[in-house]
Amino acid sequence: MEELFRTVYPVEAADYTSAGQASADIKRKLKQLGVGGDVLRRVAVASYEVELNLVIHSMGGELVLTVYPEAVQLVSSDRGPGIPDLEMAMREGYSTANEEARSLGFGAGMGLPNMKRNADDFSIESELGKGTTITMRFNLPL
Amino acid sequence: MTIADMISVLNARVLRGEDKLDTPVYTACCSDLMSDVLAFVDEKTVLITGLTNPHVVRTSEMLDLKCLVFARGKVPTEDILDSAAEQGLVVLTTKATAFTACGLLYEAGMRGVPVPMEWNTEDDA
Repeated sequence: MEELFRTVYPVEAADYTSAGQASADIKRKLKQLGVGGDVLRRVAVASYEVELNLVIHSMGGELVLTVYPEAVQLVSSDRGPGIPDLEMAMREGYSTANEEARSLGFGAGMGLPNMKRNADDFSIESELGKGTTITMRFNLPL
Repeated sequence: MTIADMISVLNARVLRGEDKLDTPVYTACCSDLMSDVLAFVDEKTVLITGLTNPHVVRTSEMLDLKCLVFARGKVPTEDILDSAAEQGLVVLTTKATAFTACGLLYEAGMRGVPVPMEWNTEDDA
């Protein structure tokens, strides 16, 4: 598959102040590439949620945006700690976020379900002590 | 209704976006949980909130919202207001509490965002 565009955003753990900057940049870049409307909003929401998850829950990681002619792909990978119970993590309302995240309006247990709802393809793999990888695809209208 | 109509209903003060008050708004959402907002809201919606941190503005940016209302007279810091203005958001503050602001808007004909929802029957059992 032909890659039109690819960029990597490192995301620091617990950096609540700049959380969301990568997503804002992803949204701007996609807009420049002519992505708009419903798809752009779905990518923006999912990328904001996944970026905040990296900040709130992970030990740091990165977000990779790849644009193909027919789809946008977002891959989030982190250096740990991994998710002990994936089934619970995917449930709306279940959260292990700390007080700081909650005070900012997050940690409501909606992050992963929101990503799944917005992506056309969503997959998550996690290994305790290793890390978590989330892959999301958003189909572009032809 | 337009943002200008909302201002008179809420007796609100305009903090940013004075030139865009004729923008129509169709639905409203009142929440301090940005993840809930991200889940259900679209760009035609007004967000009423008591949170004044930068993530309220970033959430609005992700969703292309047009108008933000801070309840209970809250006013975010200048840098937060400026980043809202950069995105073209209209920012209002009202002395009404979030509950009262919602009630006044509802009385004036504003309705909530339609949220698809199903009871989880397992939890009911």
